[in-house]
Amino acid sequence: MAATLPPPRLLPSGDSAVTVEFSRTIDDAANERVLALDKALAAAPIEGISETIPTYRSLLVHYDPGKIGFDALCEKLLPISCQPLPPSTKTRRWRIPVAYGGEHGIDLEDVAKALNTTPDDIVARHAGGDYRVAMIGFTPGWSYLSGLDKSLHMSRRQSPRLFTPAGTISIGGIQAGIQCLAAPSGWHLLGRTPVRTYQLHRNPTFLTEPGDRVTFFAIDHKTFVEQDRAAEAGEIIAEQVVA
Amino acid sequence: MSRLIVASIGPASSVQDGGRHGAQRYGLTVSGAMDRLALAAANTLVGNEPFAAVVEIGPFGATFTARDGAVRVAIAGAPRNADIAGRPVAMDTSVTLKDGETLTLGFARGGAFTYLAIEGAIKGELVFGSLAVNARAGLGSPYPRPLQTGDEFTVDAASGAPELRIELPKPASGPIRVVLGPQDDEFDDANKALFLDSEWKISATSDRMGYRLEGPAIKHLHGHNIVSDGTVNGSIQVPGNGAPIALMMDRGTSGGYPKIATVITADVGRLAQTSAGTGFRFKAVTIAEAQDEARKFQQLIRTLPDRLRSSDTVELNIEALSDANVAGYAVSAIDAGTWQVTAEP
Repeated sequence: MAATLPPPRLLPSGDSAVTVEFSRTIDDAANERVLALDKALAAAPIEGISETIPTYRSLLVHYDPGKIGFDALCEKLLPISCQPLPPSTKTRRWRIPVAYGGEHGIDLEDVAKALNTTPDDIVARHAGGDYRVAMIGFTPGWSYLSGLDKSLHMSRRQSPRLFTPAGTISIGGIQAGIQCLAAPSGWHLLGRTPVRTYQLHRNPTFLTEPGDRVTFFAIDHKTFVEQDRAAEAGEIIAEQVVA
Repeated sequence: MSRLIVASIGPASSVQDGGRHGAQRYGLTVSGAMDRLALAAANTLVGNEPFAAVVEIGPFGATFTARDGAVRVAIAGAPRNADIAGRPVAMDTSVTLKDGETLTLGFARGGAFTYLAIEGAIKGELVFGSLAVNARAGLGSPYPRPLQTGDEFTVDAASGAPELRIELPKPASGPIRVVLGPQDDEFDDANKALFLDSEWKISATSDRMGYRLEGPAIKHLHGHNIVSDGTVNGSIQVPGNGAPIALMMDRGTSGGYPKIATVITADVGRLAQTSAGTGFRFKAVTIAEAQDEARKFQQLIRTLPDRLRSSDTVELNIEALSDANVAGYAVSAIDAGTWQVTAEP
């Protein structure tokens, strides 16, 4: 029997949710524990839990205090949280097309300048990465990716933009992102994808799941326009590879 | 079927219900009514499920006109003057608009949100089990945006049921209760005390996403950037400028600022109904107390139908009488006239 893992912190988020925190920093190992707990709770639900929200380093567990109290819930969550990780199962991989630079990625030139290289080199490093969806949050479908090449780590913009377009592909700090809807953002915009990670009336409504793998490849403007039209009509543009 | 026409309406008014649950893991926030008790009270008055879809009316006035038949409605929440062709309509009552009649609602006289429930409820296309408007995500039905003058709802013809009022407990006064955390350890004792001991005001720039709090600046121990994690209704996060923001129903599902405390479920609606500029305080309670209050709040909503009264019976508010310390009279003083007389000091 494998040894159990160190216990997470169980932090009350009010009277109807508990944050199961595995780490205070961005950490793939902690994120794997978050996703493992999420899966374990989906497979064997605890009476009273209504919804779970995986994030980088913690799982937010919503529950009904009319059905289970904080102490009783924590007592049940703790042993499940400390179980050794199950052997990794097959993960989905998405190949996401990106129109880099120009009007699609207005920060590409500045990022290249700041990192003392060329835009083509930035594209090669970004598209060459192997990413994992660590969490989805903020706005529908916004996928936060771990796995950004260390040479692309740079602090966020001094002043966030109030508007960044739907489909924005960006980097911020040590993270990369796929943004679905137009939103404010302080990240650096490298390009845009025609892929909708969230689209109402499409099956599935949400494309990505935490734990999915992601790679990017460059497309030209003409392809972007064609695929954007197809995606708007409900087509899933991203290529899925089962690894 | 009848129609209810939005003859005029101000900003911050939209269709809301009990909220959209189950897709926060994809970044889709819950939305839903800012004051769940008022939502449930309005619905109960017209025989709807407590969390059915209603019109959430922001602080400004609004008018609604019945067409193609009569429409039965009820109002609860932030008090305001209401009338139909000059006949006053009391808060927390149902009323039937005859074909062509208009219900006129004034400005909120305290609080912000008033709920107009329609008998048979607002109908539309459910997304993740909800009709609630989430304008940023383009969700909500029949209109995926705040309401505008000229919008209309196709609704059930009025049943002709007798009109009702609902006796709600006197709204709690006193501080808004919070449970500290989940990131209260990002603040030292002096700053936690500053948060709990200071008077706060809600900024006029607040909205359904968050209520910005005006008061002293709260300082962090280790800076204001934490790794984003999940939020709940009532999370109080402290951004870099030290001015806390209470996250409300249209919040982002995750956030990267330390959360010093969380408003208890039973008090989120009270916070939502606190007018901008009105001073208030927070008070920390234990999680056991908070859960006790949450269960009482659930019980209150479950038993709202027991609080319905015929709208032509005398106005007799047991809580008000208890408050006046004359409950002994009140119990026997069923006759409002008698009560008025015996209450004279």
